[in-house]
Amino acid sequence: MKHLIELKNLYKIYQMGTETVHALDGINLTIDPGEFVAIVGQSGSGKSTAMNIIGCLDVPTSGTYHLGGVDVSTMDDDQQAEIRNKMLGFIFQQYNLIPKLNVLENVELPLLYAGFSSSERRRRALNALGRVGLSEKCKNLPNQLSGGQQQRVSIARALAGNPSVILADEPTGALDSRTGREVLGFLKKLNEEGDTVVLITHDNSIAVQAKRIVRLQDGRIIYDGDASDPKAVVQPTASGDLESDGSFGEEVHP
Amino acid sequence: MNISQSFRLALKSLATSKMRALLTMLGIIIGVAAVIIITSLGNGMQLMMNAQFEKLGANLVQVQLMQTDSSSRTITPSDMEELVEKYPQYLSGMTPYISVQATVFHNANEYKRTRIMGVSEAFLNDQGSTMSGEELGEGRFLKFVDVDRYQNVCVIGAYLAQDFQGDPMGQTITVGGVPFTVIGVLRQVGDNTEGSGDDILYLPYTSALRLNNTAQASVYMFTSTSRDTASVAKGLIEERLYQTYQDDTAYYVMTSAEMMDIMNTMTNTLMIVLVAIAAISLLVGGIGIMNIMLVSVTERTREIGIRKSLGAKRKAIRTQFIIEAGTTSAIGGVLGILVGVGLASVVGTLVSSTMDTGGVPFTAVPTPTSVAVAFGVSVGIGVLFGYLPANKAAALNPIDALRYE
Repeated sequence: MKHLIELKNLYKIYQMGTETVHALDGINLTIDPGEFVAIVGQSGSGKSTAMNIIGCLDVPTSGTYHLGGVDVSTMDDDQQAEIRNKMLGFIFQQYNLIPKLNVLENVELPLLYAGFSSSERRRRALNALGRVGLSEKCKNLPNQLSGGQQQRVSIARALAGNPSVILADEPTGALDSRTGREVLGFLKKLNEEGDTVVLITHDNSIAVQAKRIVRLQDGRIIYDGDASDPKAVVQPTASGDLESDGSFGEEVHP
Repeated sequence: MNISQSFRLALKSLATSKMRALLTMLGIIIGVAAVIIITSLGNGMQLMMNAQFEKLGANLVQVQLMQTDSSSRTITPSDMEELVEKYPQYLSGMTPYISVQATVFHNANEYKRTRIMGVSEAFLNDQGSTMSGEELGEGRFLKFVDVDRYQNVCVIGAYLAQDFQGDPMGQTITVGGVPFTVIGVLRQVGDNTEGSGDDILYLPYTSALRLNNTAQASVYMFTSTSRDTASVAKGLIEERLYQTYQDDTAYYVMTSAEMMDIMNTMTNTLMIVLVAIAAISLLVGGIGIMNIMLVSVTERTREIGIRKSLGAKRKAIRTQFIIEAGTTSAIGGVLGILVGVGLASVVGTLVSSTMDTGGVPFTAVPTPTSVAVAFGVSVGIGVLFGYLPANKAAALNPIDALRYE
């Protein structure tokens, strides 16, 4: 079976003044259609960089990234924009809705850039809003909705373009625990309906909601395996543990 | 693709900060209004002048002789008269136009600034107005016999007529020490003051030549049989003058159509200069728009990041901001046109009430072309000056833009 996401020997190296930072230090990762993967790590672990590269918002320094069989690691700005539009749906911590546009217009945005006609945009956007149960709020402005509702709008927006991968970056970070659970419930439901979901978080309690956990530390994968495995939630603190844990993590790849 | 949405978004963001929008547009409003006022006044001026020319007769041919004192080669009024008799199909009349340097006395009043002109009966055209646009109020104008017989008669302007007890007709007025009998009074054309268009006296050119103690005139006015024959008439006159002078710099012949062209060219040039000055304000307005667009791009960095993350390409972002700049300046342009048309009509009313327009109405109305051009230019300025900020927005890195607080 062909992998949906395939990262091979991926490096992302930043030059910070005189210091060289390996934000991603040789990542190998594959994700198949229908998976629900949580990429976990503390701040500085490289999970944001991983998310940016998986989200086609950034390109790696070296290594390859195949998304849906296409090498997207060397694409330019506009080509990446097209991939983001067609294949990826983003859910952000801060919802990132455009305040001046109403709910429907916000959900229509990716369809607008995909070039759909206005009637088709409307149809698909309403359909996506229906999936998150917010059809009746479509004329409201984002600031007239609660945080949870806004995040559901952003989920609808991510779904509207019918993407191959839903990429959720700390989707519950700005929500209280109850609405956070509600949003996670939505992501689970989407996954059960067949969508591939990649969740990026620092929070183990969120990560265990996924089926599979990929733990990053210092730019490397230190665990990759089933979310129900107790080892998945172990966060090594000393850097000495890293080497062995890292290699171990790769071995348990399902 | 997203033109209509960009347009609505632009209107929305203008509506949410009306004061800022208005201040941004101010440069464009002032610039467009200034251009509209200038072109309106220029257009009104041109229409008025053309109407005046039309009234004087479009079939006038004016002759200016440069060297009247050359002894061997001379043109006399009778030479010119012969020309009219020889080509009746082209030339219908001729008059010398002789300025007399003399003082007018009446009732012990001295009129130093009165213009004294010697002309023939042909100075009055078939429409009943003189070649200078005056109309006869009372009495009659000069006749052939007056000219032929050196009659000491005159037609006076309304200003001089005020000085007579009762009907000035038949009374005398002294010109250069010689008494002249008043045979006609002109209708008031100006404000009836000293030195105005009403402070004038016409006498037979023969008498004028005698007062000037000369046999030659340096200015002649011909009437061609119609507007269309004016250029042929001009050619005939030039041919005759060349016969005498053998030098085409010795005279200058101009039809009224040419005079009109010269006047129009002059007003056009003046208008272009003024419009160019006003255009500086448009430039400043454009810079204002660029400035506010740069601010807007910074303020909306996050929005740009969101749009990019959702798949907006550079072009889409660029188009959005250019449309926004264009919309801003287009609205400024429309406001400027409204302000300009309003002010132009106010100024036009002021001008026509204070200026002597020779009985021709003066209205300052912009031409449709100038309105269209003003609108087009204001949109163009928005697009031009919006391009740089739009490009800046389009080039933003989506990650940085999303992270922007």
